[in-house]
Amino acid sequence: MTQTQVYDHAISVMDLVKRFEDVTAVDGLSFDVEAGEIFGFLGPNGAGKSTTINILSGLLEPTSGKATVLGYDVRSESMRIKERIGVCPQEPSFFPYLSGRENVELIADLHLMPKKERRERTDTLLDLMGLGETASRKVGKYSGGMIRRTSLAMALVHEPEIAFLDEPTVGMDPQSRRATWDLIRSLKERGRTVILTTHYIEEAEALADRVGIIDHGKLIALDTPRALMEEHGAGNLEEVFIKLTGRRIREEI
Amino acid sequence: MKLQRLRSLVAKDLKRVVREPANLFMAIIFPLILTVAFGAAFGGIGSGSGDISYTVGLVDLDASGSPEWAEAFRDGIWATGALVVAEYDDNETAHDDLLQGSIDAIVVLPEDFGDSIDSFLEHPNDSGLWVNTTIGLAVDQGSMIVGAAVPPMIMQVLAQTISESQAMTFSLPLEIGAPTQVASSRLTQFDYMVPGLFSYAAIFLTMNVALAFASEREQGLLRRINLTPTSSSEVIVSSVLSNIAVGAFQVALVYGASSLMGFRAQSSVLGVAYAFTIVLFLVLCNVGFGLITASLVKSSGAATGISFIFILPQMFLGTFVPVSQEMARFVPSFYVTDALTSLFLRGAPLSSPIIMNDLLVVAVVGVATVAVGIAVFQRFGRG
Repeated sequence: MTQTQVYDHAISVMDLVKRFEDVTAVDGLSFDVEAGEIFGFLGPNGAGKSTTINILSGLLEPTSGKATVLGYDVRSESMRIKERIGVCPQEPSFFPYLSGRENVELIADLHLMPKKERRERTDTLLDLMGLGETASRKVGKYSGGMIRRTSLAMALVHEPEIAFLDEPTVGMDPQSRRATWDLIRSLKERGRTVILTTHYIEEAEALADRVGIIDHGKLIALDTPRALMEEHGAGNLEEVFIKLTGRRIREEI
Repeated sequence: MKLQRLRSLVAKDLKRVVREPANLFMAIIFPLILTVAFGAAFGGIGSGSGDISYTVGLVDLDASGSPEWAEAFRDGIWATGALVVAEYDDNETAHDDLLQGSIDAIVVLPEDFGDSIDSFLEHPNDSGLWVNTTIGLAVDQGSMIVGAAVPPMIMQVLAQTISESQAMTFSLPLEIGAPTQVASSRLTQFDYMVPGLFSYAAIFLTMNVALAFASEREQGLLRRINLTPTSSSEVIVSSVLSNIAVGAFQVALVYGASSLMGFRAQSSVLGVAYAFTIVLFLVLCNVGFGLITASLVKSSGAATGISFIFILPQMFLGTFVPVSQEMARFVPSFYVTDALTSLFLRGAPLSSPIIMNDLLVVAVVGVATVAVGIAVFQRFGRG
């Protein structure tokens, strides 16, 4: 039985540090994410975005600091967290010998979804992602964009309360990217919280209620896209990043 | 542990076996080809004939005052040149060895063996004063030669013992009981290989399991599952269950294919089910070896190579390759092949101490190996 936890913030991070031997990937990160918010994590590759998501989704233990997701501690209650979140990893991982439908239904089963609900939700998501007609083909034969969309469907099939979407639109064609944006907006409309990691400036500007800019494991700015642009006298978030770090985000990709 | 998760993960694993050609080949096609090929190559070759000797188990129960007759009888058996004597204290041990194929026949000298001969020699023409008795005889009919040749040879030795005559031209107070026969058909070289083929198929599951876990870890699939509320125990137990299912299918496949190639198990349906159970413990053992292998290696390529550390000793020491039993006792497959040989070729009863011992060894080793494999994989193998 899933217990309901009382919490102030959907996600709360305090002085979070993660070190890998002599590399500090996350360096004293602190921020909160409110329920129903789309929170954009913006930064170049290696900035610490994915490490932070891995800690919040229970894959990695922090070196120090504290983080709670839906009120559950990431160190001691990771199973509780995993029951209620969905993760679309940066590198799509899928079972190549299963069809698109089977991949999505497998994740639904691992979240113990009832059969009828699983079938309906899978159909809806596959249609929404434009995969309805190819759902019975093995994913090993899918294109890169189709794999991305399947991975997103796998993350969302069980209607998670928080969706961690790590670079969800990389490799997608413009049409699929638009469909994905619509899907993310629909999650917000249904009261879901979305943590969106991206290095696409326009994606963060279009979707995020607030953006946290991260560089070398530190949070260097946090506000709404508009407020950040106004504060730094910038025309877009790319300029904000340049003003803050002296570099472009996408040069380092 | 949730049934829905286990069912779903087992289905996923079985689909991998069926849909990925390399897995399909190793799990299904390879044992099938091996069985058919061996059946075709060795099915026509008999179990051998020619100038060889047969071992007769002698159970001397003679409690009479003339033990010299039993000694003379034993010497007579040796003197035939075709028979070798193995002495036993009791009938049960001798019978077990006959079932195991260690000896070819049993002769049981009754308590009044000496008295009977004495009575005949004292009153050769007065049968009313003879002590009548029966010599027990059992032969392994697995060898048709033994079944046909040993009873008359024993009869001849008895006659020679009593009268030093080569022919039985007179009646005696001793008769040789109708031979108890271990029913079996004529065994071919292939028949002797079949028990090893069952083990052979199961042994290669080490590679399947190691490859499956190593490649899923390599592709980030274990990590993907780890993003769901699935415990590592559920992942491992589902793998154990799916591999047991594959192992059961392999056993059925080898049994079906070997039957088509002429093999006939000298065992009841219960015996066959018993054999399946023993093989499934070997499957369990090799799932454990696979988990250990997957924990030791970094890549799926290395998994293939390292898995042979477990496969080769089992293959060469515990299947159908003739090696010294002392060395073979270190590998679990030996006990499976040994038990299946007794069940299928000798028609040994399920309660046979040797089969029970084999089952016990392979069950303990199987459960222990899979437990170690799970512990090692949980500690080092999840990536």
